Amino acid sequence: MKADVTLDCFGLLCPMPIISTSQKIKELKIGQILEVTATDEGIKADLPAWCKATGQEFLGVEEKNGEFFAYVRKVKE
Amino acid sequence: MDKEKFNIVVFSGDLDKVLAAFILATTSASMGMEVNMFFTFWGLNVLRKKKLTSGRNILQKMMNFMNMGGADRLPLSKFNMLGLGPMMMKIMMKQSKIPSIEEFVRMSKDLGVKMIACTTTFSFMGFQKDDFIDGIDDFAGAATFLQLVREGKISYFI
Repeated sequence: MKADVTLDCFGLLCPMPIISTSQKIKELKIGQILEVTATDEGIKADLPAWCKATGQEFLGVEEKNGEFFAYVRKVKE
Repeated sequence: MDKEKFNIVVFSGDLDKVLAAFILATTSASMGMEVNMFFTFWGLNVLRKKKLTSGRNILQKMMNFMNMGGADRLPLSKFNMLGLGPMMMKIMMKQSKIPSIEEFVRMSKDLGVKMIACTTTFSFMGFQKDDFIDGIDDFAGAATFLQLVREGKISYFI
């Protein structure tokens, strides 16, 4: 998936990827896609949960060799 | 629309429990909730400056000397072993890139988490405001917290 902005959370454990995502998303414009890269498997469940709570759109997560690439579209401020 | 409220009583001053409280506080703030942390009893140690002691009378001074304050001096609830446990835990946290409690306090402030200090513990232990770090939003009692709980979506006691 093509993202507008990438947030590197490799090596970070819960809750840091989520806290960083909530900060980073503020820099995006509506409609842009944020890619969150992480090694903590929790991202698979946590990012959709965060999206549900904040109203952002969760686009999916890909796993490659123990690395996770998760995508969020900013749909609101 | 008002934000949903998440309230936590931080009663414990143990490193592991306080860590859990801050993980939930920072995450819920990131999820767009209004977070209130009510520090009481041992939990107030998180917000205390590192001082030799404090208090107005001899018993309070003795108690506050034994009950050391400071976010980086919290004991573990298990395997404290005269400080060896927390020392090991802090190294392990660093290795796993988990922020320290001090960093969590700063991060919580940045995320807009409201910190309330319990006035009863204050008087009881003989603390002064200047025994505490800057950034405490409010000094209040049980009624204030209970009103937050009444309005709250989630409330925890740790």
